[in-house]
Amino acid sequence: MRKTKAKAKATANVRAKTRPKTKVAAKVAAKRVAKAVTRAIKPVTRAIKKVARRAAPKRTAPKQIAYVATRKGLFAFQRRGLGWSAAAPAFLGEPVSAVLPDPSTGRLYAALRLGHFGTKLHRSDDGGTTWTELAAPAFPKQEEKDGEKKGSSVDMVWTLVPGGADEPEVLWAGTTPGGLFRSADAGKSWQLIESLWNDPARAKWFGGGYDHPGIHSVLVDPRDSKRIRLGVSIGGVWASSDGGATWRQSGNGMRNAYMPPDKAGEPATQDVHRMASPAVNPDVVWLQHHNGIFRSTDGGANFTEITKVAPSVFGFVVAAHPLDPKTAWFVPGVQDVQRIPVGGRLVVTRTQDGGSTFEAIGKGLPRQDCYDLIYRHGLAVDGAGEHLVMGSTTGNLWIGDKGGSRWSLVSGHLPPIAAVAWSG
Amino acid sequence: MPTVHFTSNLTRHVDCPPTQVEGRTVRAALDEVFARVPRLRGYVLDDQGALRQHVNVFVNDETVRDRDRLADAVAPLDEVFVFQALSGGCR
Repeated sequence: MRKTKAKAKATANVRAKTRPKTKVAAKVAAKRVAKAVTRAIKPVTRAIKKVARRAAPKRTAPKQIAYVATRKGLFAFQRRGLGWSAAAPAFLGEPVSAVLPDPSTGRLYAALRLGHFGTKLHRSDDGGTTWTELAAPAFPKQEEKDGEKKGSSVDMVWTLVPGGADEPEVLWAGTTPGGLFRSADAGKSWQLIESLWNDPARAKWFGGGYDHPGIHSVLVDPRDSKRIRLGVSIGGVWASSDGGATWRQSGNGMRNAYMPPDKAGEPATQDVHRMASPAVNPDVVWLQHHNGIFRSTDGGANFTEITKVAPSVFGFVVAAHPLDPKTAWFVPGVQDVQRIPVGGRLVVTRTQDGGSTFEAIGKGLPRQDCYDLIYRHGLAVDGAGEHLVMGSTTGNLWIGDKGGSRWSLVSGHLPPIAAVAWSG
Repeated sequence: MPTVHFTSNLTRHVDCPPTQVEGRTVRAALDEVFARVPRLRGYVLDDQGALRQHVNVFVNDETVRDRDRLADAVAPLDEVFVFQALSGGCR
């Protein structure tokens, strides 16, 4: 009996083992096999991945590019190892007056000032490899009056600036003569801001550096794209709160030394050389003036002069730290009648305390016999406030690392440099 | 028909081969070319429609006198030459 029971149990076990498997059981079995195989070939897979990693291009953050607009072409430099490598220049031989890498759209714009054939505007959507010519800003045609020509022609695009983050297709262009133009279609067409052009107060503007007055600084408030401030040489500071529909003279508190004493403080005749504002606090406006350095903390309505800046308060350019409203950089020259570094030694002056104190930084810059001038758009700081690029009218290009604490020469053989800009 | 020729210094910016036109003034002749190559207009004329300061136009071997209206006459067998002036290149 016992034997019979044992036999029956053994038979049942065999039946169970040989019973056709259900679908679920089959899947479980397949998974077990797959796991076993994976375990077995793991070393091989690792080796293959290692080789693939080595072969594939390294994934790193896009490298910063310094764009340099010169009298004979547009140059681009990229950090490579300890040095900088130059890409093939664009528009070689042609004067480039302004360059704008628009970080929000990735587009690159270049304005040409052809000696014979006028102002031209080009756009690249592939970082400067290929370019397309766009319409250039132009003044509307005006009919002759009493046999006298009345209309103007754009001589130069002095500055190109993107609109606010909420208007990626908008561009602003400041020109000589002093026109402000707006494009709503990424440079395909341009409209003169007639409200400013036709403002009777504009009659007080006059040329500074060039025969005609010009708009070289356009500050679009990152908090409100309709708040715009302009720097005019010579015409002071202008402000709009409605996207350019109406304008008001701004910039009280500046003073000049080239007008009769009664007019020294007149806002309309202030020679603003360059104006810059930190993105983090656009109420702060740094201003390099023909006769000194000024700072505003109310969006450019009122300015306070800063006089304790060695070796000089004369200069053309200012760059504002985007994230620190107390930090700004200037590049001094002797004075207006001698536009060269003081004592032949090139320095950058930097404040980190809102203009209370300045330090003159010369590390890596020529210490003697230097005659370089950094013009209005010849200094730019990157989006992090860490790296600066500086180009001179003598054709020298420097990069300033660590917030401009240490400079290194990138090229000493470029054409005269009009403008520099970082890709981001 | 008159023929308009452009300096090679211009053709490197804009494709503008010699073009036969029907216009009987410099303005009319140039306008015909601009209608075919719109981008060319801004290279030859300023914002107000006058000849750019550093562009010279000749009808045969005579420089045009009316640089604003471009009213100089062009005869059927004339050749119009658009050159760049030697001034204006110091940039």
